[in-house]
Amino acid sequence: MAAITMLEGIRQAIFEEMDRDPAVVALGEDIGVYGGAFKVTEGLLARFGPERVIDAPISETAIVGAACGMGYLGLRPIVEMQFIDFIACCFNQVTNFAAKSHYRWGAPVPMVLRGPSGGGVHGGPFHSANPEMYFMHTPGLKIIYPSTAYDAKGLLKSAVRDNNPVLFFEHKYLYRRIKEEIPAEEYTVPIGKAAVRREGKDLTILSYAAMVYTSMEAAEILAKEGIDAEVIDLRTLLPLDRDAILASVKKTNKLLIVHEDTRTGGIAGEIAALVCEGAFEDLDGPIARVTSLDTPVPYSPPLEERFLPNAEKVAAAARDLAKY
Amino acid sequence: MADVIMPQMGESIFEGTITKWLKKPGDKIERDEPLFEISTDKVDAEIPSPSAGVLKEIKVNEGQTVPIQTVVAVIDADGAASSAGSSAAAAAPAPAPAKTEAPAQAPAPPKTEAPAKPAPTPAPSAPRAAAPSATTAPPQRPNGQKIRSSPLVRRIARENNVDLSQIPGTGAGGRISKHDIRAAIEGGGASRSSSGVSAAGAAPARAASAPPPAAGGAAASAVLETAVPREKMYFGHYEVQPMSVMRQRIAEHMVLSKRVSPHVYSVDEVNVSGIAAVRSKLKDKFEQSSGTKLTFMPFFVRAAVEGLRAFPTVNSSVDGTNIVLHKECNIGIAVALDWGLIVPVIKNAEEKNFLGIARALNDLAERARAKKLKPEEVAESTFSITNPGVFGGLFGLPVINQPNVAILGLGTIEKRPVVVDDAIAIRSMVYLTLSYDHRVVDGAVAHQFMGKVKHTLENWTESIL
Repeated sequence: MAAITMLEGIRQAIFEEMDRDPAVVALGEDIGVYGGAFKVTEGLLARFGPERVIDAPISETAIVGAACGMGYLGLRPIVEMQFIDFIACCFNQVTNFAAKSHYRWGAPVPMVLRGPSGGGVHGGPFHSANPEMYFMHTPGLKIIYPSTAYDAKGLLKSAVRDNNPVLFFEHKYLYRRIKEEIPAEEYTVPIGKAAVRREGKDLTILSYAAMVYTSMEAAEILAKEGIDAEVIDLRTLLPLDRDAILASVKKTNKLLIVHEDTRTGGIAGEIAALVCEGAFEDLDGPIARVTSLDTPVPYSPPLEERFLPNAEKVAAAARDLAKY
Repeated sequence: MADVIMPQMGESIFEGTITKWLKKPGDKIERDEPLFEISTDKVDAEIPSPSAGVLKEIKVNEGQTVPIQTVVAVIDADGAASSAGSSAAAAAPAPAPAKTEAPAQAPAPPKTEAPAKPAPTPAPSAPRAAAPSATTAPPQRPNGQKIRSSPLVRRIARENNVDLSQIPGTGAGGRISKHDIRAAIEGGGASRSSSGVSAAGAAPARAASAPPPAAGGAAASAVLETAVPREKMYFGHYEVQPMSVMRQRIAEHMVLSKRVSPHVYSVDEVNVSGIAAVRSKLKDKFEQSSGTKLTFMPFFVRAAVEGLRAFPTVNSSVDGTNIVLHKECNIGIAVALDWGLIVPVIKNAEEKNFLGIARALNDLAERARAKKLKPEEVAESTFSITNPGVFGGLFGLPVINQPNVAILGLGTIEKRPVVVDDAIAIRSMVYLTLSYDHRVVDGAVAHQFMGKVKHTLENWTESIL
């Protein structure tokens, strides 16, 4: 079968889940007639009709609030943020309402909140966000940030079937840039499991989403220098795959964390603490990190290039760590 | 019944080697009577008996190294006379064969052994210059350098009972990496942190004209590499003597000092006719009034202190990129012993007058020869003086005593023809050498320091009585 893009994998997941379960509905801005800003939901309205594919007004708070209500009444809404940056508008609905609902009154909200995320496409400060860490700190949520078409499809299907709110971040740089063949038959990918993208013995590069490719590119550079890096794709950020992280650290004894999110309060800090708790005496060097700078995402292409991690920056940090 | 334990001879001492038993099982012993001799990283010492009675059993033989607090012997305090002789002897049937069979038989060091213990990481905010107190001192190399490793390396060291101070680090900043410690363990180059090496080293190797020992002395210490393959050392007739603990420590210290400190040497010639005259004039009077003999050494110590006060850089230590300027002038004095060399320290020499220094010198030297020094008396020197002249050397180029940055060498004092006011005169002359660490002491400072020392000696004004 032909290779598909990550965007197509996401599209297939939505179609398949809506086919499978009539309780699954989609809502968001311009997802119906227009087919979504990135055309993820193209054809969805024609296929499932306006009762299940709902074009919402421009109010993220209203959209998530409505989705919570739908969830209480037995539906399984898939909500699209036109750009994930706008999730800030419904922060209260997500963190105070959806996330706590199951805990507070036993009424889980089976909602998937998905949207195009990340930088590298000259989207500027309002259309390039990596908002994962606002939500990492919210018990009750799950957070997925895939890097491949296969995972995007399989994890989105798992997210739809999950009975609690799942944030599903889709790196827009990867939407159409990566392609891979996926199985014709149905499959899901379990939430909460990391994947080893490259086996190595000298150090572990831990990453997710678009930075997995940056890390893989760095690993190739390093391989030519005799440094054998293991690359791990977290895939799910909440809950973190603690076992996979610790297993790799215990194998290579050195850890470099690469994320596109900004540095301060980024997930690298959380992972570093987790590793210190679980594998301190397996560390043969300090836990290192390569991240974006602590600024808004710049619009100017040269500035954005400077802002983001790239393979050379990752390789340089890995070299320092390797020779530590 | 009283247990005799291996004493802790100083804060950072965690094991000791019994070099000699002064009593046999069955012997009567008085309280505080010397019972055995030990050798530690820092000192050799006679250990007095903790109680009176009969030495019932010797549990640790000569040559064995055991952790502190290990019971090394048992004294029967009650059975003073009666139980002596045969029964005591039977109770300790020839301790040698059973226990010396292998280094592995030596008691395992307790898990909390210092070198293997994860180093207490200094708080990142603490300035590196702040001298850690003795109780929290991180593990150090024999030259006083901090051992840099990682949590993983410290765990591997602990699990394999390896002394990290013996493993060369190839990581950034000399750090011991996973690969370094694995290579050391697999290659057998790592010295076991306690009993193993010393016991092995002490095993009598009295071969003469025999094939080379299967295990070379090289295993004793990673810093004591040999320059040629071992096979090339064993030829003709020879005798192999294991190094004493003291010899090993001296060897390591010298190798590391030369490796760490770029040595530069300066030589000065000093006219000591003035102090020679003072000395011969006041010698008898001095000895009568103070009860201690009058040598040239206190003059040199006093002069060195004047130099150190004028040029404090010479009285420092190097910690990475920090220079630790010591406020005290603690002068290490090299004392030659029949069995090696030790450097007791005159503490706070800057506060002592001539007589105080003379007394301290004689006292330390005497006790060094009698193995009665305490560990703290050989620690914390800030500058050292050695006297090759006493053996007739015209001058010597000594190796710096770490963590000092300079050492003063005294040549032999002899009368030489010198030019004084365009006339040839006979004067008591001495060559002084200064070996200094060029990382922190430049030639200009070194020569100014020497100038000050020379000036003090040549223009002696201080009353010595």
